[in-house]
Amino acid sequence: PPARELTQNPLQKTWEPYDNGLPAGHSAQRGVCMTNCPTLIVMVGLPARGKTYISKKLTRYLNWIGVPTKEFNVGQYRRDLVKKYKSFEFFLPDNEEGLKIRKQCALAALNDVRQYLSEENGHVAVFDATNTTRERRETIYKFGEENGYKTFFVESVCVDPEVIAANIVQVKLGSPDYVNCSNDEATEDFMKRIECYKNSYETLDETLDKDLSYIKIMDVGRSYLVNRVMDHIQSRIVYYLMNIHVTPRSIYLCRHGESELNLKGRIGGDPGLSVRGKEFAKSLAQFINEQNIKDLKVWTSQMKRTIQTAEALGVPYEQWKVLNEIDAGVCEEMTYEEIQENYPLEFALRDQDKYRYRYPKGESYEDLVQRLEPVIMELERQENVLVICHQAVMRCLLAYFLDKPAEQLPYLKCPLHTVLKLTPVAYG
Amino acid sequence: AWASYMTNSPTLIVMIGLPARGKTYVSKKLTRYLNWIGVPTKVFNLGVYRREAVKSYKSYDFFRHDNKEAMEIRKRCALVALEDVKAYLLEECGQIAVRLFLAKHGFTSGFCAAQGVFFVESVCDDPEVIAANILEVKVSSPDYPERNRENVMDDFLKRIECYKVTYQPLDPDAYDKDLSFIKVINVGQRFLVNRVQDYIQSKIVYYLMNIHVQPRTIYLCRHGESEYNLVGKIGGDSGLSPRGKQFSQALKKFIEEQEIVDLKVWTSQLKRTIQTAESLGVTYEQWKILNEIDAGVCEEMTYAEIEAKYPDEFALRDQEKYLYRYPGGESYQDLVQRLEPVIMELERQGNVLVISHQAVMRCLVAYFLDKSADELPYLRCPLHTILKLTPVAYGCKVETITLNVEAVNTHRDKPSLNASNLPASQTPVRMRRNSFTLRASADTVKRPRHYSVGSKPLDLLGPLPSLE
Repeated sequence: PPARELTQNPLQKTWEPYDNGLPAGHSAQRGVCMTNCPTLIVMVGLPARGKTYISKKLTRYLNWIGVPTKEFNVGQYRRDLVKKYKSFEFFLPDNEEGLKIRKQCALAALNDVRQYLSEENGHVAVFDATNTTRERRETIYKFGEENGYKTFFVESVCVDPEVIAANIVQVKLGSPDYVNCSNDEATEDFMKRIECYKNSYETLDETLDKDLSYIKIMDVGRSYLVNRVMDHIQSRIVYYLMNIHVTPRSIYLCRHGESELNLKGRIGGDPGLSVRGKEFAKSLAQFINEQNIKDLKVWTSQMKRTIQTAEALGVPYEQWKVLNEIDAGVCEEMTYEEIQENYPLEFALRDQDKYRYRYPKGESYEDLVQRLEPVIMELERQENVLVICHQAVMRCLLAYFLDKPAEQLPYLKCPLHTVLKLTPVAYG
Repeated sequence: AWASYMTNSPTLIVMIGLPARGKTYVSKKLTRYLNWIGVPTKVFNLGVYRREAVKSYKSYDFFRHDNKEAMEIRKRCALVALEDVKAYLLEECGQIAVRLFLAKHGFTSGFCAAQGVFFVESVCDDPEVIAANILEVKVSSPDYPERNRENVMDDFLKRIECYKVTYQPLDPDAYDKDLSFIKVINVGQRFLVNRVQDYIQSKIVYYLMNIHVQPRTIYLCRHGESEYNLVGKIGGDSGLSPRGKQFSQALKKFIEEQEIVDLKVWTSQLKRTIQTAESLGVTYEQWKILNEIDAGVCEEMTYAEIEAKYPDEFALRDQEKYLYRYPGGESYQDLVQRLEPVIMELERQGNVLVISHQAVMRCLVAYFLDKSADELPYLRCPLHTILKLTPVAYGCKVETITLNVEAVNTHRDKPSLNASNLPASQTPVRMRRNSFTLRASADTVKRPRHYSVGSKPLDLLGPLPSLE
């Protein structure tokens, strides 16, 4: 049979085969991550070991790179079922009623997992609970097998009392469980809660669990044990988990100063700063000085306007080509009026689905996200960083940090001459 | 390097492990990868130094831990190697030195500061894997010229026993808990990673966790001849010419004859590679990052037109083809950075056919065949030719298969430069376009492209500013 004809998708500018005027199969778009079957990530660890922190962060990252992911926090199910939390006694290993309710919650959560992965087109589900016994993990693993999911365990092991205490202060004291308690009461109760789990805790073992796929994170990332990584997505998850840290720091995001083309209402190009843009650069230098930031790294794109802005700071900076503004292809250096006049179809398509819309011979926001992933990974590794970039780029970075979905991303407000200072706190 | 965050200070990677645990394999592969992504790296193999010192190898007795004379020689070799490492890192501006070593204690103290040291230990207790390693690489080692398999196996196993007596594996819980290292267990089944210090160590860990040793084959080829190929235009998004379509059919037949198990097929998002894949009648994946190098303002021009319209750009490109970035476009160096996720995924995969483009294929070939940045832009990747790569021993076996379908030749050799070719405004010093210089601002005006579906020719307000 002759080769099928190709038609170009007007929104994303991708070539797709068609049969009798209808899009046909056989051709897959390589998203950033192709997952063949859904993945179930199972958190493991005593309370206050950072499981929820990791779950939320991992979920945010995977969604940002385009892998539909959702987290299922069993503690939340418990709070919904048992309206008022009384004390740690609920968690005692011999509390029959407590055990019954907790198992019920785990099963309810697993049921929602199944719905998400098998019915709602989710790719990854993160099952956030202590899962500290081998028996419980067996149950979950069987559940995964029955439903055709690949299971990957993420265990957080930590014995440093300072880290645990800090975790309790950061996220437990403000929990709904302790809304009517003093800090001291809450801490005391929580420590006793942890004790409830310790006796039955079976950590992932190199021999007993040698056939499972897992990563064991020790002492907040000092070392890792990685076993049987099965596929691409697990490899990416491992890489991400090995790059994140919890050292306090701040990330500053801003655009270049106003450019000559900004003044004319034209997009793209490689213009220099306007007079006001140069003013901004000077103010930025002053602001940065006043912030007194330790070991600040400064990153720019390889376009003149961000570099000129950085030059005013008088400190070393690094240029990243991947931080360049979105490529508007044939629309480069046009005004929006000109685009509407010359490419009315394109103009309309962009408003229809701004995230997926790719400029003819240019890029889409979706492409930008893929391009920016190494920047995000390196931002996770770094500490204090100032990123001087561009509107579309800044929107993508912001969406990652503030967990904004694809629909909202292209409309995030990133005005000129405005600095966003991001400081990680609790789960966000 | 294309980013200074990659390496601030030199790194010394020290390989650890009993013989036949894959140290040399990993060293060479890692070195090849690091050099390809732009981090100057070199391997210092103690075995080579030992063979220099002791001209002919007699038997495993040399490696007995109670053989005092041999121990002296081995110690001296280690010191000489260390001196060479120092010279490479400090004088030759190398970034990473990879050293094969067995017992790790007591040598780092002799080393100067301002160095990151990262240990890579390979631990293996599967006798089948070890036997396979010995057969694959030791039988043909210079130590065993007679090559009688059984003798080699026997002697080598005894050699391993000599080392076992004094082998002290890395101990993350006590003695070595402050060292930075990765322990690779049973050829990648399990990893223990401790105290990763910086970006480059993180990349090394990621790479080591993605490579595997399962036999497989990688096929690289370009799209079939395109309409633009026929008229000598570069870039663009044209479809296949009739001969290009013929090639696609021939490719299909070739693939079927190869009887490849579970073949993955990857294309770019440009029409010509997708049309080529369509003929195969199998599922394929489109990768935007496999798109051809972006020629910026030179897109859809012929080389003659480029030389006429942008003579200085044309000359610059021939001067430094790897670093040269088209105005508003990309350089080969940019391409390598763009293609890194493809390489990483290729390492993870089994049998793959990648249908791409000339510049892209050159970058991929350079990675697999360890070609330098100078050679890369001139590698021969003609149309209608398939490169079949099979990993073997420490490298890659290459087979070039020309399917008998005629096509134009798109290859340009590096012209011999003489002074009169250089534009008057340029000095012989090489000019990089990958970092900002004030002069670059005029150069990066984009020329609108007219080949997308549904677009009218653009009517600009005035004539385009010319370059230079």
